[in-house]
Amino acid sequence: MVFCGEAGQGVQTITVALLNVLKKYGYNVFSCTEYMSRIRGGSNSTEIRITEKKRDAYLRRIDMLFALSHTVVEHLKDRISSKTLIFAEKEKFGDQWGDNCIDTPLTKFAVEAGSVGFSNIVAAGVVLGMFGIPLELFTAYLQGKFIAKGEEIVAKNVIAAKLGYSFGRDTAATVDISLQISLPDGRPERVLMDGTTALGIGTVAAGCNFISSYPMSPGTGLLTFLAHRTKEYGIVVDQAEDEIAAINAGLGASFAGARAIVTTSGGGFDLMQEGVSLAGMIETPIVIHIGQRPGPATGLPTRTEQGDLNLALHAGHGDFARAIFSPGTLAEIIDTTQQAFNLAQQYQIPVFILTDQYLLESVSTIDASSVKRRTVETFFVKTTETYQRYAFTNDGLSPRGVPGYGEGLVRVDSDEHDENGLITESFDIRRRMVEKRLKRMHSLREKARVPTVIGSLDQAETLVISWGSNRSVLEEALDVIGNKAFAGIHFSQVFPLSPVIISLFENKRLFVMENNATGQFADLLSFETGRSISRKILKATGEPFSVEDVVDALHHSDHE
Amino acid sequence: MNKTVTPFDMPDGIDVAWCPGCGNHMLLSAVKFALHELGIDRKNLVMVSGIGQAAKAPQYIKANMFNGLHGRSLPAAQGIKLANRNLVVVVESGDGDMYGEGGNHFLHAIRRNIDITVIVHDNMVYGLTKGQASPTSQRGMTTPIQENGVMLEPFNPLAVALALNAPFVARAYAGDVERTQEIIKQAIAFKGLSIVDVFQPCVVFNKVNTYQWFREHTVYLPENHNVRDRTGAFGLAIQQDKLPLGVFYRNEQRELYEDQIGIGTIPLYQSNPLDEEAFQKLVNNYL
Repeated sequence: MVFCGEAGQGVQTITVALLNVLKKYGYNVFSCTEYMSRIRGGSNSTEIRITEKKRDAYLRRIDMLFALSHTVVEHLKDRISSKTLIFAEKEKFGDQWGDNCIDTPLTKFAVEAGSVGFSNIVAAGVVLGMFGIPLELFTAYLQGKFIAKGEEIVAKNVIAAKLGYSFGRDTAATVDISLQISLPDGRPERVLMDGTTALGIGTVAAGCNFISSYPMSPGTGLLTFLAHRTKEYGIVVDQAEDEIAAINAGLGASFAGARAIVTTSGGGFDLMQEGVSLAGMIETPIVIHIGQRPGPATGLPTRTEQGDLNLALHAGHGDFARAIFSPGTLAEIIDTTQQAFNLAQQYQIPVFILTDQYLLESVSTIDASSVKRRTVETFFVKTTETYQRYAFTNDGLSPRGVPGYGEGLVRVDSDEHDENGLITESFDIRRRMVEKRLKRMHSLREKARVPTVIGSLDQAETLVISWGSNRSVLEEALDVIGNKAFAGIHFSQVFPLSPVIISLFENKRLFVMENNATGQFADLLSFETGRSISRKILKATGEPFSVEDVVDALHHSDHE
Repeated sequence: MNKTVTPFDMPDGIDVAWCPGCGNHMLLSAVKFALHELGIDRKNLVMVSGIGQAAKAPQYIKANMFNGLHGRSLPAAQGIKLANRNLVVVVESGDGDMYGEGGNHFLHAIRRNIDITVIVHDNMVYGLTKGQASPTSQRGMTTPIQENGVMLEPFNPLAVALALNAPFVARAYAGDVERTQEIIKQAIAFKGLSIVDVFQPCVVFNKVNTYQWFREHTVYLPENHNVRDRTGAFGLAIQQDKLPLGVFYRNEQRELYEDQIGIGTIPLYQSNPLDEEAFQKLVNNYL
């Protein structure tokens, strides 16, 4: 079902209320959101899915639409069919009114409850009434949510909820759609969150204690998450004057022993690139989160894309090691974020986490038991008087000291340097330092995350490959198709690539699906494995892939 | 002049990349003397710089060092201090690095007010890139690029710093090691962001602002100069005929950023990560 209205009309309030109540009741829920880059007006929508089997993907089809303004139908016309039930207020809708519309007196009930501002609570009540979810769950939620504003406010909200609820219950009997969704079995304890929250939890769990960043959608959420928790977890949060300052401050802090992250989007990351190169040269850990959105330039600030893989892969001048994670689920976000910090510390390199607007702002549930903490690994040494920051070693990794810890001096230099960190133009030392900085790639590759197989490889002729936020949509599309000739492979790390892919890909036709215009990961895979990619399934409209998009693309390929 | 004995001296025979007669040599001595006289432990000292001839200064000081990118000494230095406020953090860079490439960081570092010291080697010309105009080059100076003379109004670091209520603003002249050293001592001892712009002759590329020129065009502030008078200090900062030297302004009232955001004395490298219980508590917020 989809809720759509102007910015500021409370679509978000309805979504949060419904997700919480439906989850409490026991359903699997998922929501994703699309909105315009403006503060008021326009048309924003949120999709909520209620499913028996866990489904965390965007569906283009709309079964139930709550239209809070008259511009909604035009905005969503490609997703509405004759089967879509539209809940709207007839008098506001004019000649758009049709047989599939249900006159829903949101404003009338809201005013009855006290003010027109309650119409979103009425709408949520309608939904819960339609599905026969116990009203007590909703009133308990409202109690918890509004008690701080006083009993009177709670009471008015409850009136609004009840009016909507009765209307929904009565309407359910009259419509011709099945509202029976079985509760999932077992019902383990689950948590409900969006991707940004998962990223925040991963960051806190990773022992992060420093962030310096400049706001840019959709990367800002992490900065906000940590800013609300500085005291509780001892995190230094600094809003930098620009992205260049952000990453250089992060590296300064990291040099002094902080576990540092920066968060941004592609455009902001453009400015950070010199810092990535610096991290490579001074061998200082830094974790970089890029919440991708469509470029080039300002692009579509509030929309989604996976267009910055090449940017992360090639950012910074010169040759040095790096790693890039690309989580696709809440659990993967929490896990790869912790891994990113440990890896950055161990290998003294920049490590990237690539997400996107769709992943960060989608909400779903996750079994509490699958939210795992990794051990926070530190690799500092207490220095002695003879300490050399860039001592040559077999694996290229010099023990890392921090200033003030031990008797030694820690000297780092963006110029080519000798073992003491002193500027040098010796070609011999240069050659050895270049080797030193790159040697760790071998071990990084061996330790790379093994991609996840979706379905069964046995009878599969074609592997459909995803990375980042497309994991769930691929899983569902393959399920819908149910054709054993297809299996999926999902990469939660896109660089370096696990060596197992060579055998995994053997004798299989390769398709790659990604949310960009050129197939950046397909090209990387091709380059790294020498295999050709039979088909690139691409989308770069600013929207995520829908389940239907992927199903259609794969059906289509059958007839090629 | 360079035969100093301090704990900050690098081993003999180290290759110093500055030209003979360069003002940098004298400024280096002044900085090392100042550090020595303040009794600073080099293990707890971090010298931070960007890129340029001046920015090589930390290479020649025995201490911890972060020789970062052109223009980016201030973000790095602030990050270091926020990660471990027990460290003494001193930034040394040139006028091009600090006021050109790093100009935005200069403005915002003043706004933050973190307890670091910023020493700017101001020779009014680009040295390492061979003689182009710098942000502080005077109008009319000809260079290989500014063939018809510099047309831009020079950047006035002191006036800008005072406009933003920088809590410690001073100017020195590298040719006078003793007094420069005294000013730098005050700057390092000051609790807050301290800025010392140091006139420093470039004997190769700047034929206008020579040792003689600086001697003729500078004058020390009088003994009775009121360092609390910001408006008066501003007047002195925009004075043209004779360029005043000394501590223009001190403001102990500005709160440190590290205090405002509640940074304790335990460095971040000693902070404890979440245990399982705290982690579960965090996750359970979303049940």
